[in-house]
Amino acid sequence: MAAISVPKEYVNFFDIKKGIASWIFTHDHKRIALLYFYSIVSFFLVAFCLGLLMRLELIAPGRTIMGPQMYNQVFTLHGVIMIFLFIIPGIPAIFGNFILPMTIGAPDVAFPKVNLISFYLYLIGGALALSTLLYGDGPADTGWTFYAPYSVKTGTNVTVAVLAAFILGFSSILTGLNFIVTMHQMRAPGMGWMKMPLFPWALYATAWIQVLATPVIGITLLMIIAERTLGVGLFDPALGGDPVLYQHLFWIYSHPAVYIMVLPAMGIVSEIIPVFAKKSIFGYKVIVYSSLAIAFIGYFVWGHHMFTSGMSAEARIIFSVLTFFVAIPSAIKVFNWISTLYKGSIDIKTPLLYALAFIFLFTIGGLTGLVVGALATDIHVHDTYFVVGHFHFVMFGGAGFAFLGALHFWYPKIWGRMYNMKRANIGFAIFIVGFLILYFPMLVLGIMGMPRRYYDYLPQFTVPNEISTVGSWILAIGLIVIIYNLIAGRKGPKVSHNPWGSVTLDWTHTQSPPTTFNFEEIPEVTRGPYDYSDYQASDEQI
Amino acid sequence: MSSEAGTHDQLFHRDDYAKKMGMWLFLFTEVLLFGGLFIVYAVYRFKNHEAFHEGSEELSTLIGTINTVFLLTSSLTVALAITAIQKGRSKRAINLIMVTLVLAFAFLVNKYFEWNVKFEHGLFPGMEHYKMLSNGEAQFFNLYFLMTGLHGIHVIVGGILLLIIAEGIKRGNINQGNYIYLENAGLYWHLVDVIWIYLFPLFYLIT
Amino acid sequence: MSEEKNTHVVSSQLNILIWLDLLIFTLITVEVAQFDFMALTVIMALLIATTKSFFVGSYFMHLKFENVLLRWLVIGVICLFVAVLILLFSDYLF
Repeated sequence: MAAISVPKEYVNFFDIKKGIASWIFTHDHKRIALLYFYSIVSFFLVAFCLGLLMRLELIAPGRTIMGPQMYNQVFTLHGVIMIFLFIIPGIPAIFGNFILPMTIGAPDVAFPKVNLISFYLYLIGGALALSTLLYGDGPADTGWTFYAPYSVKTGTNVTVAVLAAFILGFSSILTGLNFIVTMHQMRAPGMGWMKMPLFPWALYATAWIQVLATPVIGITLLMIIAERTLGVGLFDPALGGDPVLYQHLFWIYSHPAVYIMVLPAMGIVSEIIPVFAKKSIFGYKVIVYSSLAIAFIGYFVWGHHMFTSGMSAEARIIFSVLTFFVAIPSAIKVFNWISTLYKGSIDIKTPLLYALAFIFLFTIGGLTGLVVGALATDIHVHDTYFVVGHFHFVMFGGAGFAFLGALHFWYPKIWGRMYNMKRANIGFAIFIVGFLILYFPMLVLGIMGMPRRYYDYLPQFTVPNEISTVGSWILAIGLIVIIYNLIAGRKGPKVSHNPWGSVTLDWTHTQSPPTTFNFEEIPEVTRGPYDYSDYQASDEQI
Repeated sequence: MSSEAGTHDQLFHRDDYAKKMGMWLFLFTEVLLFGGLFIVYAVYRFKNHEAFHEGSEELSTLIGTINTVFLLTSSLTVALAITAIQKGRSKRAINLIMVTLVLAFAFLVNKYFEWNVKFEHGLFPGMEHYKMLSNGEAQFFNLYFLMTGLHGIHVIVGGILLLIIAEGIKRGNINQGNYIYLENAGLYWHLVDVIWIYLFPLFYLIT
Repeated sequence: MSEEKNTHVVSSQLNILIWLDLLIFTLITVEVAQFDFMALTVIMALLIATTKSFFVGSYFMHLKFENVLLRWLVIGVICLFVAVLILLFSDYLF
């Protein structure tokens, strides 16, 4: 395992320059990553609380704590924040920004100033989205999907919400653009494309989706604004418009968007597993091609969100078939991860627990995806709680858990200290138990026929709803333990530059925390990204 | 910390190709942005062929053609400006950019008059005559205003960009040895031209 | 990365030649629009527009002389857009 010459005295990127101004105007990708981190986590917590409120309303039939109008606004804001402010930016903007340059041997991203701009666009979009709470008829009540014609007609603050989403999209585009150029132009000498680790590869596939798909929702949202402000009737049937066309345009972005959410998460799993199996990833090339395949095929399946909208039979069949194709590369990755673990030297640490949870929960989510992806079964479960369960399993159980895994994995690199492993694992256990109790009943409710986005339900749906709500409380307790542990970890024991024993450049050739430009000199790469062939266990006690 | 290793200049290199690639990626986003509107256009034209023809009759083919010539020529002048700066002729480059801006301005003036005529005839969404249009024709005008409007905004942005670049050439920051920013502004301008190349026949030349 | 720039210079002459081609194609597209070829009309208009764009892209935007990667990316993006459009029409054609 390569050891770097670590000068005992060095200045890390926190200490090099202090004061608010040095953070607000920074060009350092690591500082920008942390600016994103604190912002994103804050928005996540707001949306998490909105989720808890929803579950509280649904603990019993009839009105519990809010009426139907407010409920519509709560689930809309919950969705808008979780999707546009947490999951889509989450892993790329935080871990992509922090780790990507280091893991490819670069001192920063290709366009550091553009990076800072993308953060400010994020903040502005987030502020605008939350501002809708403060005036007029309140936040949008359309669902995060803003379907026309209701989104055009409703008096709630749709225009501002949609404008926020537009600006956030721009932020996402700039991040993707930056990452593509960074990977093309700034890989260390000797690191050909096929020597690049899998997290950057995941970010690369994701970045292309960010760049090519986001503008479509950008223009679609501008059309909604035009309809609301200028009265153009693009999607108004009374004026010859087609509301289903809105759905097409919306999902042409929003389906690829779910791959923006999950591809980086898969990259994290691919990164964590070799470290804690002390074994090279099984089928590196296949995982690379699978990532690219998911990104590519993902552009052509959007119609599966619209099976009951009135699309032609031909369209429905084509989209269903393509949807089944896109599942294949994801399944391939699961096989590769498991094969990597097989006969590996397994080291059960918190990051690995999250990675394993990802595989388990994402698989459940993926399998339920087949149910919604098949035409006949979708008729039964479309717009029911089955779908809500499905996407929470893949987005939360998948991307959400990967996010926590990444946080627990790179924590020592970012802050130079280690958190309490036992407490982290307890937090994890409570969290995943809460997760399963919260979301599994939704799959049952959906099959039983409970519609989604309803603030009330028939009496026969009561028990699973009660169970689900209790699950949300257990989840919340788990989250509290996790957060407390990570905050306490800031005062934990200091660690070396590579406490987990990884072989990728981000661990082997940088300090913990890193210096501003990451490297004293750009490393020269001669080995594969997961070459554990001469690994020797270190003496470091974790 | 050592003074040589790990310094900014030691670790970072000027990379014009990276800047160019970044600009092309941005152009891709613009293509997809307008692409969404072209998709709406395709669907509504397919569903309302007659009405789109009627709508097209309201537009002046002559003005559209003149505007097309203005933009094509402005693309020429930008390309010539790049050739000029590659040969070290900064003054000529600035002049050519000025001609580009004049042509862009002329384009916008034409657009202003075109739109004004529509307003006078009450053809803007919400106005009297618009409300009396058939559904297909209403969609034609929705798209006409949205697409030429968005395009016009891009003409303005492109013009401002070129103005900034011209200032950079004047100050010597952009010169024979360092002109990537002029190239990138040029790329943006050519894209604006290409979008109009498609808008022109799709709105003005529907038989 | 290195400090090499693409030092290929497109001569003023070539630029002007391309411009004249563009003007000619503009005239062609206006003339052709006089006739009604039904469904073919829009295809002809798009073909001519694409030809003009090809000239602008290859010469004014320098793609003909750039790294082959950029060319493939441009083609890729265009193909993606066209593919999405065709797939969308599976809903409207039937």
